[in-house]
Amino acid sequence: MSQHATVQKQLAAKDKRTYWTRRRREQLAGWLFIAPEVIGMLVLAVFPLIFSLGLSLTEWNLVGGLSAIKFIGLDNFAELFRDDRFLKALKNNIGFTAGTVPATMLLGVVFAAIIHKKLYIKDYFKVAFFVPYICSTVAVSAVWSALYHPSKGPLNQLLIQLGVADPPRWLVDTSWSLAAIMVIYIWQLLGYQIIIFLAGMANIPDELYEAATIDGATGIQQFRRITLPMLGPTTFFLAITSIISSFKVFDMIKFLTNGGPNYSSTVIVYQIYEEGFQHFRMGYASAMSWILFLIIMLVTSLTWITQSRKVHY
Amino acid sequence: MTIRKIKLGSVVLTALFGALSIFFLLPLVWMMSSAAKTEKEVWTFPIQWIPEDWHFIENFKTVWMGDVSFGLFYMNSVKIALISTLATLIVSAMAGYALSKLKFTGKGLVFSAMMAFMMIPEQATLVPRYIMIKEMGLYDTHAALILMGMFSSYFTFLLRQFMIGVHNDLLEAAELDGAGFFRIFWSVMLPLSRPILATVGIIKFIWTWNDYQGPLIMLNSTNLYTIPLGMQFFKEEFGTTISVMMMASLAAIIPLLVLFLVLQKQVIKGISIGGVKG
Repeated sequence: MSQHATVQKQLAAKDKRTYWTRRRREQLAGWLFIAPEVIGMLVLAVFPLIFSLGLSLTEWNLVGGLSAIKFIGLDNFAELFRDDRFLKALKNNIGFTAGTVPATMLLGVVFAAIIHKKLYIKDYFKVAFFVPYICSTVAVSAVWSALYHPSKGPLNQLLIQLGVADPPRWLVDTSWSLAAIMVIYIWQLLGYQIIIFLAGMANIPDELYEAATIDGATGIQQFRRITLPMLGPTTFFLAITSIISSFKVFDMIKFLTNGGPNYSSTVIVYQIYEEGFQHFRMGYASAMSWILFLIIMLVTSLTWITQSRKVHY
Repeated sequence: MTIRKIKLGSVVLTALFGALSIFFLLPLVWMMSSAAKTEKEVWTFPIQWIPEDWHFIENFKTVWMGDVSFGLFYMNSVKIALISTLATLIVSAMAGYALSKLKFTGKGLVFSAMMAFMMIPEQATLVPRYIMIKEMGLYDTHAALILMGMFSSYFTFLLRQFMIGVHNDLLEAAELDGAGFFRIFWSVMLPLSRPILATVGIIKFIWTWNDYQGPLIMLNSTNLYTIPLGMQFFKEEFGTTISVMMMASLAAIIPLLVLFLVLQKQVIKGISIGGVKG
């Protein structure tokens, strides 16, 4: 564009015979503008990550002060694989991911498809299903813990009335605590999945559906042959973020069960919290943190690899 | 244009989903109704959705005018959420401007590095950050939380994506008028980015308001507690008195619920832009 070129020329003309040419000023400005973010990232994300790798090779009880640091090599990592609580946390976390991610994604895509294609007052449904997501996790946990009350709670009262003689004791039941938390988690996250899937569906051209309707495809066929394949990138995005957030679950567990009863609902981040901030074993907690970091890296790269092979649009 | 036909199937399905959505929200309805009940009535079954014996005022007083008031937690939460949001917007907008419109050495490197940093989970660096905050003498201060919350490569990325779309002519016109880069940023870029700033700001505010893990680790004194920590405090004090707990939950949820209902378009847009590849 010639207008653009003239502007550039005019600007360059201003620069004659000064050290602070436009290019130099732009360099400086660029660095000044980016500096706060870069410094913040280095100090609050990169340095801590390296620091925690260092810490993970030590035994350090914070209470003893800096002089109490002892280098112990890989002992912390060796201990992790003998630590029943950590192994339990790892197992629970995998179960949590396996139980919540497919459930929320499946419900999310089906609900979104129905809202998108079949319902009136779409905006109402978007809002209604999204409400739990913006609520404080701690506050909704408090509500659910009352609903789950083993003897007086509405849920068990209902179950008793329906003829279940001995309903589960939910949050205080070693075999049900994690499942009970998973239900709350799915309930809170479903609206998010619906919103993201709806955004993905809004990008699918209507012509595809029109053509399919002319060819006599039913709604379910259209969903399977058009909606699902076209949602590839959205599904990919949601799969990564949901798996990662399910590995970071903490708030509900801390507030509702403290990982109990008897470590039946503990997860990795809860163990990091317990070892680091209740027993002050900084080295050991850092070793766990690195395992968490590696799991998340692994999940992300695995999904990236499968994604780049399969989905191309 | 053809007049849209009302389809019977859709009407039935809408009614069905309407019922489902109400069922879905029942836990929150139960919370509101229990917050207005006596402790005994909370547990009656079948559930008495409209309280017989209104106890709203009494429960309200326990939560808001007790020895430890929810009002204090509110003030703390509002303060932290507002300052963190503002700080994040400034830092991310500056970085977004540099990454979208300025040419400087190392730009590509900085951008790729930031995308990589997004993968570092906050939870993996809790321990070292806690130690750093202690060493800086910021443990048990609101400043610690604000500092932890003000850098976000995710928001920077969203702002950069938006700013790339701002026309260069506008920036060049300002430059011809003699504006420096800071002035262009402040008087041209920021006003033009208002929609994305609002969207990002609301999302950040919601996240900070609901954050539980950060305050749990960084704060110790009750008078500095934010609302989620206040909930924890109430659980320890009144854990068995569910009507009071529900009043506290209601208090924790109401501001964001109102904010969401008023700004639903913005919030939903903010949530969706993260999910659609830029």
